[in-house]
Amino acid sequence: MKPETLLYPAPKGLYCQTGDFYIDPVQPVERALITHGHSDHARAGHAHVLATRETLDIMAIRYGDGFCGTSEVARLGETIAINGVRVTFHPAGHVLGSAQISVEAEGARIVVSGDYKRRPDPTCLGFEPVPCDVFITEATFGLPVFHHPDDAAEVQRLLMSLRQFPERAHVVGAYALGKAQRLIALLRQQGYFEPIHIHGALAKLCDYYRSAGIDLGDLRHATIEGAGRQDLAGAIVIGPPSAFAERWARRFAEPLAIFASGWMLIRQRAKQRGVELPLVISDHCDWAELTETIREIAPGEVWVTHGREEALVRWCQLQGIPARPLHLVGYDDEGE
Amino acid sequence: MRAFAELLGRLVLTPQRTAKIRLLVDYFRTTPDPSRGYALAAIAGTLSLNTVKPALIRDLLLERMDEVLFHYSYDYVGDLAETVSLAWEPPREVAPADIPLGEVVEKLQRAGRSEVRSLVREMLDRLDSSGRFAFLKLATGGLRIGVSARLAKQALAEMGGKDIGEIERLWHGLSPPYLPLFLWLTGEGEMPVLKTPAVFHPVMLATPVEQNDLQGLDPADFAAEWKWDGIRVQLANVGGFRRLYSRSGDEISSAFPEILEAVDFAGVIDGELLVGGTMRTDRATGSFADLQQRLNRKTVNRKLLADYPAFIRGYDMLFWGERDIRPEPFHIRRKALADLIDAASPEHFDLSPLVPFSSWEELDRLRSDPPDPVIEGVMLKRLDSPYLSGRMKGPWFKWKRAPFNIDAVLMYAQRGHGKRSSYYSDFTFGVWAEGEGGAMLVPVGKAYFGFTDAELEILDRFVRDNTVERFGPVRAVRAEPDAGFVVEVAFEGINRSTRHKSGVAMRFPRIARLRPDKLPREADRLETLEAMIGARA
Repeated sequence: MKPETLLYPAPKGLYCQTGDFYIDPVQPVERALITHGHSDHARAGHAHVLATRETLDIMAIRYGDGFCGTSEVARLGETIAINGVRVTFHPAGHVLGSAQISVEAEGARIVVSGDYKRRPDPTCLGFEPVPCDVFITEATFGLPVFHHPDDAAEVQRLLMSLRQFPERAHVVGAYALGKAQRLIALLRQQGYFEPIHIHGALAKLCDYYRSAGIDLGDLRHATIEGAGRQDLAGAIVIGPPSAFAERWARRFAEPLAIFASGWMLIRQRAKQRGVELPLVISDHCDWAELTETIREIAPGEVWVTHGREEALVRWCQLQGIPARPLHLVGYDDEGE
Repeated sequence: MRAFAELLGRLVLTPQRTAKIRLLVDYFRTTPDPSRGYALAAIAGTLSLNTVKPALIRDLLLERMDEVLFHYSYDYVGDLAETVSLAWEPPREVAPADIPLGEVVEKLQRAGRSEVRSLVREMLDRLDSSGRFAFLKLATGGLRIGVSARLAKQALAEMGGKDIGEIERLWHGLSPPYLPLFLWLTGEGEMPVLKTPAVFHPVMLATPVEQNDLQGLDPADFAAEWKWDGIRVQLANVGGFRRLYSRSGDEISSAFPEILEAVDFAGVIDGELLVGGTMRTDRATGSFADLQQRLNRKTVNRKLLADYPAFIRGYDMLFWGERDIRPEPFHIRRKALADLIDAASPEHFDLSPLVPFSSWEELDRLRSDPPDPVIEGVMLKRLDSPYLSGRMKGPWFKWKRAPFNIDAVLMYAQRGHGKRSSYYSDFTFGVWAEGEGGAMLVPVGKAYFGFTDAELEILDRFVRDNTVERFGPVRAVRAEPDAGFVVEVAFEGINRSTRHKSGVAMRFPRIARLRPDKLPREADRLETLEAMIGARA
């Protein structure tokens, strides 16, 4: 079977006709396979959902128990047959529960990476390369300018600022699922054991990470009314990036605006957001990791999706690897 | 270099003055000489380096990188030095090092013309990404970090527990890497003794006239004079030392030797540096374009001196001989200035004439139709105002010529650079002209600013929702008589152009207002623009 008939972009998302299922569909469908719990990939309202245990739990936390009709747990490495199509989930290293999905039929295997990264992450399993005919890679940071620095050094910059500005609350924007917990775990790894104050939107997900055995240390709620302003001087407060625009962020003593994201590598991005201390911490591959992964997997063909497709396609062509952009809509390339 | 790079990164993003000062003080305290002195020079704008051309760093990157990938990258980042610093991949065997800033600066200063290329390559290989960025900004002379020399001096004052006035007084007599200055600030040495007295005094600036500013003010309390389109300077002859400073306090004496030679008075005056003939010689004053021939040069040759003779049109006087007359009212200082200029060389000095007026309406008319093309508006000065450093509202106003305005239709849009790379923010607009098939839109200009962030959101949304065609990065948007987007475009002037299809070219166009209330058919016609050619705003 030709790969492009096995899996192709349809209006509702990436579709497998033979198996009659979608991967990360952007609209409600009959049968959805979900790579990970970020809201642009995992949406509510599908009749049947297949995903890892953690992704299903995260969806239930975010959307409530009725987020889908029926659900089924995909165990990593175990192959499930759907209408004759063999489907296997493999760890993607992006956030807790994130998986790549291998789709195989009539001798053709396509691996959908979902979002992934290659750096060690104390909060999730590492990416596992899977040999395949077609590798569908994300390209969020698919430009040669993206070289993410060492994350421990980035965390040290935050700790340095705490020493330099002890009278200011260090308010960090970090996505509620994955980035926030990873940042907390990294801070603990760097020997920071003070209480960390979190926005209410992070609480349930942090609790879930803890129940999965990830040690996040002493976490306090930063949403409780009447929390003294001066108490949080010199403390770290973490909230979702959207909370910075809310009145929530105004309660802290001389807040110093920080944002943990791969986009913070670009100075104007930080400036535009009014960020004073950009921390380049990403849950996606940088350029070197994207290209090394393609070299390592050595697929017959590469399809490139959400992000800067054109540069990665160009690189593949220069390496003699057949590649084309896969135009999928509805994914938020800014959401990192 | 790592500490310097981190300092630059933080300063650019830190809005509060006190936080900037703390970052600077911490850096100066923890960084050894001579690195901190060179950092101070880089920030205060006193560091002179053999600047590296942007083309060179681009070439160096292209030695290792595909050109197409480079263009994608540059287009996304929007800044060449940043693109190169991020995309640069050192050979695997080279471990990134933390080379002291002092060493980097001294190597750059010593490098001969033929050695620059390999030195820059070596530095890019040895530094880490943020170090490369700081290095490239230094080497290409493009360091912009939102810290004034004044703020850097404030940090020095705090670091050493000194008065900023003492540092200001010493400043122009010292040079990088400022070893004696830091010795004094850290208490390890005496206050530096200057060989020449420093004589620059921060200049007085005006605020623009805004809506209702003039209501309630009596025209009789103000003097008006033309606002000349040259560069503001301060000329000093104190204690036998002659100096010409730009308004920021940079010494530019060596670029204008004829003025320095002509000084036969003692004191400090404030004026506009212009080229061409003075009013006293009755020859025409040169345009800003003429003046540009003389700017940004360390020295000057005989031909330039003859073709573009420089002179000073006097505005004000700060010191009369040794006497500080800044506390005196404007009309007293001006009288002293007039007497001084009357006795000075007619080729090199004249007095900015006062513009008589009796009402704000009359002045508004004069401002709109000034008698000389080198005038960009009027200045208003309170007759009783003392000379105060800096910009404060009230004593001095500037009232610029109003620009031209037309209503035009958005035709094409392109994504911006840098912080605007996710927005369609570069717009091509057009007006109606008679074509073969009836009225059609012809593009007449491009603008990429003038709008607020909120207006940009609206424009961006319009472009995304109304794209009719794409040409590479450019989107054509819907532009029909009854469907499209009208914007009011303001510009400073308009000329004939053979390079533009419409036959006209605007100077400094920007989007002044969005006109969602107008239909494209109501936009202006090309004839209207053609009638403006040669007219003055």
